[in-house]
Amino acid sequence: MEFVSTHLLTTILFFPVIAALIILFLPSDQVKLIRWTALLSSLVPLGLTIWVWTRFDSNMAGFQFQEQYPWYDALNSTFHLGIDGLSLTMVLLTTLLTPLALLASFGITDKVKAYMMLFLFLEAGMLGVFMALDLLIFFVFWEIGLVPMYFLINQWGSPKGEREIWGGIKVSARNYASLKFMIYTMAGSLGLLLAIQLLGVLFQNYDLAYLYKQWNALPADGVMMGMSVATVKTVAFWAFVIAFALKVPVWPFHTWLPDAHTEAPTAGSMILAGVLLKLGAYGFLRLVLPLYPQQAQEYAPWMAFLATMAIVFGAFASYGQTDFKRLVAYSSVNHMGFVLLGIAAAAKAIGTPDATIALNGAVLQMFNHGLSAAGMFFLVGVIYERTHTRNLEEFGGLFPLVPVYGSILIFTSMASLGLPGLNGFVSEFLVVRGSFPLLPVFTAISMIGLLFTGAYILKGIRKVLHGPLNEHWAHGEHRLTEINTREILVMAPLMIMILVLGIWPMGLLDVINKAMVMLFH
Amino acid sequence: MATETIIWLIPLPPLLAFFLIVLFTNRWKALSHSIAVSAAGLSWLGSMIVFFRALGTEEFGKHIFASAINWLPTGKTFLQVGVQIDPLSAVVLFFVGWTVLMIFIYSVGYHNYGQPAGDHDHAGLPPHGATVTDEHGHSHTVLSVEPMYSRFFAFIGLFAFGMYTLVVSDNLLTLFVGWEIMGLCSYLLIGFWYAKPSARNAAVKAFMTTRVGDVFMLLGLAYLYSATGTLNYRAIFYNEEVLHVLSTTATPIFGLTAAGLIGLLLFIGTVGKSAQWPLHIWLPDAMEGPTPVSAMIHAATMVSAGVYMVIRIFPLLTAGWVEGTALTPTMNIVAFIGAFTALFAATIAVAQNDIKKVLAYSTISQLGFMIAALGVGAYVAAVFHLVTHAFFKALLFLGSGSVIHGMEHGVLHTGDHHVDPQDMWNMGGLRKKMPITFWTFLIGGFALSGFPIITAGFWSKDEILADAFNNGHWVVFATLAIAALLTAFYTMRQITLTFLGEPRTKEAENASETPWTMTAPLVILSVFAVGYGWVGIPEDFPVLGGLQSHLFHWFHGFVGATLLEEPKALPFSAWPLLTSLVVALGGLTLGWLVYKNVKAGQRDPLENPLGGIYPYLKNKWYCDEFYAQYVVKPVTWVCEVFTPWMDRSVIDGILHSVARVSLSIGHVLRNYFDKPIINELIGDGIADVFWRGQAIRKIQTGRIQSYLIGSVSVLIVIAALLYYYK
Repeated sequence: MEFVSTHLLTTILFFPVIAALIILFLPSDQVKLIRWTALLSSLVPLGLTIWVWTRFDSNMAGFQFQEQYPWYDALNSTFHLGIDGLSLTMVLLTTLLTPLALLASFGITDKVKAYMMLFLFLEAGMLGVFMALDLLIFFVFWEIGLVPMYFLINQWGSPKGEREIWGGIKVSARNYASLKFMIYTMAGSLGLLLAIQLLGVLFQNYDLAYLYKQWNALPADGVMMGMSVATVKTVAFWAFVIAFALKVPVWPFHTWLPDAHTEAPTAGSMILAGVLLKLGAYGFLRLVLPLYPQQAQEYAPWMAFLATMAIVFGAFASYGQTDFKRLVAYSSVNHMGFVLLGIAAAAKAIGTPDATIALNGAVLQMFNHGLSAAGMFFLVGVIYERTHTRNLEEFGGLFPLVPVYGSILIFTSMASLGLPGLNGFVSEFLVVRGSFPLLPVFTAISMIGLLFTGAYILKGIRKVLHGPLNEHWAHGEHRLTEINTREILVMAPLMIMILVLGIWPMGLLDVINKAMVMLFH
Repeated sequence: MATETIIWLIPLPPLLAFFLIVLFTNRWKALSHSIAVSAAGLSWLGSMIVFFRALGTEEFGKHIFASAINWLPTGKTFLQVGVQIDPLSAVVLFFVGWTVLMIFIYSVGYHNYGQPAGDHDHAGLPPHGATVTDEHGHSHTVLSVEPMYSRFFAFIGLFAFGMYTLVVSDNLLTLFVGWEIMGLCSYLLIGFWYAKPSARNAAVKAFMTTRVGDVFMLLGLAYLYSATGTLNYRAIFYNEEVLHVLSTTATPIFGLTAAGLIGLLLFIGTVGKSAQWPLHIWLPDAMEGPTPVSAMIHAATMVSAGVYMVIRIFPLLTAGWVEGTALTPTMNIVAFIGAFTALFAATIAVAQNDIKKVLAYSTISQLGFMIAALGVGAYVAAVFHLVTHAFFKALLFLGSGSVIHGMEHGVLHTGDHHVDPQDMWNMGGLRKKMPITFWTFLIGGFALSGFPIITAGFWSKDEILADAFNNGHWVVFATLAIAALLTAFYTMRQITLTFLGEPRTKEAENASETPWTMTAPLVILSVFAVGYGWVGIPEDFPVLGGLQSHLFHWFHGFVGATLLEEPKALPFSAWPLLTSLVVALGGLTLGWLVYKNVKAGQRDPLENPLGGIYPYLKNKWYCDEFYAQYVVKPVTWVCEVFTPWMDRSVIDGILHSVARVSLSIGHVLRNYFDKPIINELIGDGIADVFWRGQAIRKIQTGRIQSYLIGSVSVLIVIAALLYYYK
């Protein structure tokens, strides 16, 4: 215990990896054992995160629980971990959603061992991004998270479906989606890597705290590599922004998302929407705003424009879908747009009270969207598993058959819709409140998106639960069965947190608020 | 218990009831309704205690009950939320407490508690009746209990929570929370019989239409909050300094002041919630819900909440306006929307045949009266009408539910399910079959028409007309007077068609009075429909003004004290009083004369005299058709055609072209460089093996490379552009 309490972050980070290695040596046909090992071992990081949460001092500026080990001496890169209120929130989200996603994966019967291992690797990759205080480490974990997700989509994605690319050539939809996901993120990573190298070359150091200081201390009219410092910073700024914008994803880089979500297995979608998208937003908050305050301020209207487009067209596109999962996938574009809107507003006037409110909203929205999107994808998965269709036109009037499922679906949908009293409202309100005085026009336009959030959520409920019963699902072998206990157990923690955060957001928001004040004073 | 503690507790019992029923007791009908009704009872009790303590407080406008806590951290400060009862919320709490409790009790009877389960009833559809065999071996069809009985009580519990939250809030944010929770419940309850496509569509329509208003309101909240740093009522509306700053700050939009613009944005929220033109279209469709829902949502509580909010922000709307001078632009808009809606909805109500639709349009119209009153600065009159209207309209809706229930009894008796139990043309003569319903409905109808002196509606409507008249708002005055005439007319039309004359169908002949759980609330509400008017008699009203007891005159002074600057009592003027008398009595008489002799199968006697206008009235001025064609259709096109095209063809198209081009480049390199040059010249075959390996893995892996090449090229181009144009 002594070791654990002094090495909390590394334990949280590497426990999933160790668990994955243990699973490697379990017999492949012991499916139950593998599942339970994975689930129980994923509870350890959660428990430790809660421990960290209780020991975390939210009033202390800077990073806590820091650990630093020599890693790549030649480059002056160290294995440096640490958390502040922002990363703690994200770590909590990750360690919370992973056990739920694993529990949701109990229905997986194909190559269970590989699946569970990949999932645990994925968790480690995401946690590493949130904990890293060294740019090179950050990048390494950023890429590590990519690989398991690629295989999860590619191997365990929905087996049906084709996608026409050009000239009548058709490819399997899950191959198409996984590749698009991979290529897109890699494309962004290239620029990110170059920009990170630029910083590394300049300062012979990758440590974040050091770079925050040195990089911002460079005189703007200085000359660097034959260009003015401002130009270099602008280029590097865009390299970072594009990498993160692809991941969020921001319109018009969002088209990989509905494809990836639609094809991914249920638990993959939960993590993809719940955590992976937050990596992008986290990148904005951890790197873009602190490293490039001037550029961020200058280009804030552009970021706001893209955010607004994501909000509005994400909602439009979501409403236009007939595939239930695509509908939910596009809702992520819409909701993450609010995160970026808050970030853009904060970039415009960093350090002002309005900016702090916008940032509080953006970070809380990241957490909230993690809960509600994971829940929504899971619920889509529940019904897909039973009916083997996601086509909204083939459902209809299912409420009397599955009253419990229906009630849970309505509850989670309402959280996604931003109903006051549930969590989504608080964060959306804060974003709107923070952005309005800074970016009134964009905020006003984004209201169209908020309106259509209602439209697509209600469309989902209307098509699935309400209306005349589709008799196909009422009798015989097709009879729809009610959500089972395991599935309710996946939803219960999400629903409780959705409700609690809606009524009393203070517990979480207080930590976020203090972190935002100290980070961007 | 401290009054503040009671206020905090008031909204909670119904919420607790909601969770208890949903999670635990939904299988047991009696237990569920007992929990819900007791919860409503507790909230009622709390409301009454608070109300009477408020009445007993000296200068209550200055010494209100308030308590607040920190809710959201906002940098170094906090957003506080809390509860507050001032004179305005006290009178609202009073009527909410009563109507909510009555509606809960009524629902027990309305959903046929104690009746057998239906033969073919399904969750999601209204009950169809059950066959029972009596001791003589005769089988009868009787009303059957609602299959989702417990769920109904859970929903109205949550709804009551929303309404109480809204009333006890001390700030616009928690008001908005209650507002939206009611919106959700309204959606769930309108779509209660969700298997009916009409109910399902009405529910979505209600939610979406009100949401149009809500997003504007949210903007208004954000604006107000950023301009003042708070959303607390007292800190903004009771603070001369803040109001002065807001009313002198200019905005770039339509030359409005900040106060005007915020007021307008918030007001649009009310236009949606209180179903004012042009967002009124959802309310008539909302009649798809069970009748207690209509009474609660569309008469007593939720739609009133819209007006309540405008009353709340009245100081903001009127900031910079001095009584007796020209109205501010925002006030003009409010007055116009209100007056126009009052008349517009009244014209439609005249030509409706569905007993609930008439009441729905009459609600829209009456809310228009209140909005118009606020637009011309008649603060107390609006509050007064809000309260009296809540009582008599709840009474009318519950009465109409009782009528429908009675008619359904008749329908089950004859077994002819094609007879619509809501169509007034199928009724007639029900006064003999349903005497309690008749007398209470008559009281409610007369109150709505503004029958002089004895009914509450007279006093409140008269005050609005007097206010408009005395301040010289002739257009508003005339519009409202005509609307009042129409109101009296269609109300009498409704009463005559439903209760008077002879039964026009066998079903009406076999209608029967409803159980006590339904009639008792009617009786209690009718007491208020008469009595509540007597608390607001102007002191210089002829004869009655001389009544010595303060009981008859307290309303004006009590409610007026909510404002920083108490509104003056109006001097008595004979003209508006005369107008009130003429339109009320004239409309009632006319309605009776036109409809007293209507026979079965006869067409509406108005059809011929109105000629070409009649179809417009009957079809609600074709508003629904207009929206379907010019709003829903283009929007659907954008969502279902344009956006997918943009994503799939434009964005993905560009991506695919990049991939395709890079793939061709790779192809060219392989066929014209690698193979002939490297392989042939160097000849070690390595490249050949490499490329053949790629070819085996087919297109998929090839695309990884092409995408990579593509992305790198894009990045280079972007970097170059930035470099040269910086």
